[in-house]
Amino acid sequence: MSMTDGPTPLSSAKAAQSAANREGLSTAPGASIAGRKGKKPGSLGQRWNALSRQQQWSFLIIVVVLAYLLPVINPPILTTEPGNNFGLACFDMARFALIAVGLNVVIGYAGLLDLGYVAFFAVGAYVSAMLTSPDSAFLKIPYLWTIPVAMAVTMFFGVLLGIPTLRLRGDYLAIVTLGFGEIVRILATIIPAMKGQVGFQSVGHPPGTAADGNPIFTNSNGVPWYWLILTIIIIVLLLVGNLERSRVGRAWVAIREDEDAAEIMGVPTFKYKVWAFAIGASIGGLSGALFSGQVGFISNQRFDVYTSILFVAAVVLGGAGNKVGAIVGGALVSYIPLRFTAIAEYKYLIFGILLVLIMIFRSQGLFPARQKLLAYGRDAVNWMLKRDDGGTGAGTNRTAGTAQEKGAQA
Amino acid sequence: MLSSLLTSMPMDNDWISFDVVALGQNFWSATFDGLTFGSIYALVALGYTLVYGVLNLINFAHSEVFIIGCYAVFFTLSGLGFGPNAPHLSLASIVLNLLLALIIAMIASALTAFLVERVAYKPLRKRNAPRLVFLITAIGVSFTIQYIIRLIRGPNAEPAVTMFKPTPIFDVFGTIVDSQQLVIVVAAVIMMIATERFISKSRTGRGIRAVAQDPDTATLMGVNKERIIIITFVIGGILAGAAALFYVMKIPSGVQYTGGFVLGIKAFAAAVLGGIGNVRGALLGGLLLGLIGNYGQILLGNSQWTDVVAFVVLVLVLLVRPEGILGTSLGRSKA
Repeated sequence: MSMTDGPTPLSSAKAAQSAANREGLSTAPGASIAGRKGKKPGSLGQRWNALSRQQQWSFLIIVVVLAYLLPVINPPILTTEPGNNFGLACFDMARFALIAVGLNVVIGYAGLLDLGYVAFFAVGAYVSAMLTSPDSAFLKIPYLWTIPVAMAVTMFFGVLLGIPTLRLRGDYLAIVTLGFGEIVRILATIIPAMKGQVGFQSVGHPPGTAADGNPIFTNSNGVPWYWLILTIIIIVLLLVGNLERSRVGRAWVAIREDEDAAEIMGVPTFKYKVWAFAIGASIGGLSGALFSGQVGFISNQRFDVYTSILFVAAVVLGGAGNKVGAIVGGALVSYIPLRFTAIAEYKYLIFGILLVLIMIFRSQGLFPARQKLLAYGRDAVNWMLKRDDGGTGAGTNRTAGTAQEKGAQA
Repeated sequence: MLSSLLTSMPMDNDWISFDVVALGQNFWSATFDGLTFGSIYALVALGYTLVYGVLNLINFAHSEVFIIGCYAVFFTLSGLGFGPNAPHLSLASIVLNLLLALIIAMIASALTAFLVERVAYKPLRKRNAPRLVFLITAIGVSFTIQYIIRLIRGPNAEPAVTMFKPTPIFDVFGTIVDSQQLVIVVAAVIMMIATERFISKSRTGRGIRAVAQDPDTATLMGVNKERIIIITFVIGGILAGAAALFYVMKIPSGVQYTGGFVLGIKAFAAAVLGGIGNVRGALLGGLLLGLIGNYGQILLGNSQWTDVVAFVVLVLVLLVRPEGILGTSLGRSKA
């Protein structure tokens, strides 16, 4: 079957960018540099990799600081006001970004299609709500403690769902997760303890009071929540980034690229698929818990399967397998309907069409995934390049080496 | 902390109770109703199975192919002047109206399936895109069609249309079998048998099986793969159109933009249960799932449990026998 043996999910064979990346992997470094230089000088990724480590870090710090200041600056063109409060909009964007980072682990790294991600999000939100809201009969614990509990519970559900389905080919997972997304909503309606449409009022929030004695974290003010979730995103990104570069990450990419080959090479594919699924689920639960705290009210109306497809659209739009892409994709999917309120009503339609168009015309998304994952990063690439050229012409080689690093940087 | 969490859990187990008495009392009516729903699942499941057999793709958009058929039935019948209350008509005019609605629904569904294949899947196939891209496209198409319908017809269900009142035909074990149940089950089974015959006997059917087995070799042997793929989609569409008519007959007020989605999951579960890619498996799986869902619903006392039961069945089947009851291959079915 021709469609089953395509080697690289989510990347078009035509796409010059990823083709160049792969070329770099398969051929000798020297040869690919020549090809690379001729093809696409000065693409975004290359320019980024041409910077030194210090420049990259200082640039990142500026970006992070700007991200923290975003709701305070409230830039006039970007702002979603007067239609939507910008602080809340920022929180929503960050929430989608966190979800996309989590879903990206499942779809982007391991190549598993999870169409019921909203279910994990819902489980996290419900755990947080049921353990803090006065409406529930459960034990009450402080809000911040519900976050790890929510992550653990969703991870458990992820494993529970993953074990029967992940032994099989990926497409069964798609339909099972799609069903699971719907089932969680139905169960929330049927089970009295989950209170159906009535839901849970006044979900807890983190402690702390401002100077005037009012609590810092309120439902109407998105800014503290935004800062909280942004901090969490940074932590999650660091953790996920490390995973990506570890043995686990390499196993994921191997599974994504060719499961049979990975299995033959001794990668325990089932184990790592369950890992990816569980980690993705727990990040979904984390964002659910944060959402539940910020909104303060949880009922079964908030988690339909259609939201799941928006999540998939966020990952795919940004570029599956790319952390930056996931964040940008998630933020965009949330931002566009909030900013352009006239089209907000049609957001599902727009993102549905967009999903199909991206798949047909640019399946690698806005930020293509880097194909190469070298465990030791750019140092290894530099070392290889030096060896290749026999140590001569180190001056010219330095620039060539930095261009090559694009692929090595995961 | 965990132990105190457990002890504080509300210990009312009211939300789930097994009403065996109710099941005993309604066993036969649940069976006949279950077979009716099962026939509808089976017809839709066949569309999933055929496409999966040939392309190895879960065609998520198939549920929308089905719902378009439902809308076609709705428009045809309301155009003919049917409303929520069944008029008194002669048998001949009922049959004529039914056939007209059936044909229009089949055309609408087949056309949708054809368009989806051409617009969404063909460009991907041409590019030799990986599996995940196909799946995401499929779900995107499904989503898009649902929201196009919503945009045009609004979020609410269409008003009910009924053609005839189910009249009791005969008694089995003290339970009445009505004309509607009989028509649906018999017609569905006839269509399934016809499809089975077509695939196992006709020249085109042999082509379908050849492509399912090995597309490259089939092409070398002179089978036009593109044509076979189109035919597969169209057959699936025709059967979905028939299912749509029966669905509207059974649930007159079920025509809604989300209507296909849940039924689609159940139909897919039916296909997996019987063995995906297997034509007879789709029939068996559909009927079984209809029965299990209906028994479960009565046993648990809430109609929403049907979906949960179907889902649990799907997961259990995947856990215990992922190739389904009858095995999975369309290509290997006997010539």
